[in-house]
Amino acid sequence: MIRDGITYLEAIREAQARALADDPRVFIYGQDVGSFGGAFKATKNLAQEFPGRVLDSPISEDAMVGAAIGAAIEGMRPIIEMQFADFSTVGFNQIVNHAATYFWRTSVPCPITIRLPCGGTSGGGPFHSQSIETIYAHYPGLIVMTPATVEDAYTMLLEAVAIDDPVIFCEHKLLYYHLKADKLPTEALPTGKARIARAGRDMTIVTYSAMVHEALAVADELATEGVEVEVVDLRTVKPLDTDTVMASVARTGRLLCVGEAWPWGGVTAEVIARVASEGFGLLDAPPQRLNAKDTPVPYHPNLWAAHRPTKSSIAAAARNLLRL
Amino acid sequence: MVQTVIGREAVAEASTQRDEFVKAFRWMLLARVLDDKFASLYRGGKIHGGVFLGRGQEALSAAVGQSLRPGDVFAPLIRDAAGRLAFGETVLDAVRTYLGSPLGPMRGRDGNVHRGRPRDGYLPMVSHLGAMIAVVNGTLLARRFKGVTGVVGAACLGEGGTSTGAFHEALNQAAVEKLPLVLVVANNQYAYSTPSSRQFACRALVDKAIGYGVTGHAVDGTDLAACLRVLGEAVGSARTGGGPQLVIARLLRLCGHGEHDDAHYVDPKLKTSPLGRDCLKFAEEQMLEQRWATSRELETWWNKTTQQVEEAVATVQREAGPDPYKENWCALASSHLADGHEQIKDE
Repeated sequence: MIRDGITYLEAIREAQARALADDPRVFIYGQDVGSFGGAFKATKNLAQEFPGRVLDSPISEDAMVGAAIGAAIEGMRPIIEMQFADFSTVGFNQIVNHAATYFWRTSVPCPITIRLPCGGTSGGGPFHSQSIETIYAHYPGLIVMTPATVEDAYTMLLEAVAIDDPVIFCEHKLLYYHLKADKLPTEALPTGKARIARAGRDMTIVTYSAMVHEALAVADELATEGVEVEVVDLRTVKPLDTDTVMASVARTGRLLCVGEAWPWGGVTAEVIARVASEGFGLLDAPPQRLNAKDTPVPYHPNLWAAHRPTKSSIAAAARNLLRL
Repeated sequence: MVQTVIGREAVAEASTQRDEFVKAFRWMLLARVLDDKFASLYRGGKIHGGVFLGRGQEALSAAVGQSLRPGDVFAPLIRDAAGRLAFGETVLDAVRTYLGSPLGPMRGRDGNVHRGRPRDGYLPMVSHLGAMIAVVNGTLLARRFKGVTGVVGAACLGEGGTSTGAFHEALNQAAVEKLPLVLVVANNQYAYSTPSSRQFACRALVDKAIGYGVTGHAVDGTDLAACLRVLGEAVGSARTGGGPQLVIARLLRLCGHGEHDDAHYVDPKLKTSPLGRDCLKFAEEQMLEQRWATSRELETWWNKTTQQVEEAVATVQREAGPDPYKENWCALASSHLADGHEQIKDE
């Protein structure tokens, strides 16, 4: 069936197909997800294959998440597709104040998966480009996943549906079509475990989602200069696998954190805070971080490419760190 | 012969009407006594945070709770002590939540009116108005997926809550999905201090039903008999496939927003208008008039109810508060996925 390999987007579609096939409690709810198959086609043909279980919602993010909460506490396993991560802020209240507090307040689990097509693409502009994992990670009661590979997109989405808590599943739109794997995986790292995407001894780049690939490209480039960069892919930003990060910094002594999200606070700041407070003695240089600029995500490709970290800006930051 | 049969039916109907009325009245009474006790505990400094009473809204609330059955879903709001009790909440659960007892359903993690038992279809509210409606929709969708029919979900709201986006999204969602939702709005004239004139500009809130494509009902919320009749119709219609029902009740909040609020802003003319009638007193008068109860019976009910509430409070006041050292401080059901930065103590 898959001739030229399976894409990140197809993996997401296949994970949902399998979740629907394996578990009668699963249903999908979101705008245009039904017979249309979703704005990005992540639910292509699922409404036809699973009649009555892939429902078009009104343009009502608050009510989409609210209904998911009600269904989840009744034992269902809803998957909510936000058309873009940016629109999830309309449903923010239900996510952070209702879903995230449910188990703590009542002892009744609230297993919902909320898919956020996130991250910038050329021409996306301020409202179709956001990386907002940080604001969800800030709230207790949520799991926040940021898969960077086709394999993780598949296995982590299945895991998200199986977890008894609300999961924010940040899938990067830039990876949808470009990233390919030969086949779907049959096994995976446990949720909450970071992955050493590339081993190295001179410095550690901790990153996640699409920035993993930029960091790997930097590692390739620096390898030609004799510098071995270790790349840690966090996979989930909450829980944050501090142990793997700390072990890597213990090996390399240098830390650069890269994220596509905005710079104030956030995942990169959290990683640095943990390493600085718990592993200060492991560091041979001040830990560094690189994020997008502190403006809305711009529309024009020239501006967009300069707004987010790229291979060249990460490489510059890495070289700078090596000199410190 | 035929006339005799009709006569019997009429007698039976009158008897049912009386039984339902008296039953609902007793929930109203229990709620009033319980609320008054909470107010007195609050004034005595025995309750942390706020106390929110349902004074003046007991008839409507009791009618909602009593119109539902086990297996239905109920999402009450802050002034629904009567409806909660009628739906099956125990006095102990209510008192334990206000006093923060770890033996209550919220275990001191949440308090006052934020209480419920979701596994019994009794949903604990969040403070964000309108947010409960879509959650009720979700429980009804789940029932539909499971093939469970004949159930109803009721959500309560004030007129202030109708101004939220959550209200709009959820009522529209229920209409699109044709869910058996009964949305009960107590138009008590003030959202905290804001009068209805600053809340909406439509002629009557019930007109909103037309726009959403749902059935609208308007009722005098100070009249228990009317509330029982209208809620009975609305719940019955939702249960038998009539789709969402919007019930708007006119009444007046006979207390502050919370016990911290003296409600000085309430227009005195409203207090003396028909809206300001105390539904509990009016129900008593009706029972006496209809000879459904005697003054002595009423007195006995008041005394017994007071005793019941006092006993529950005395019981809970002897219970230890929650122990922070026994708290596992983990917000996740999957405790193995708790973020490792702060050490999570496994139970």
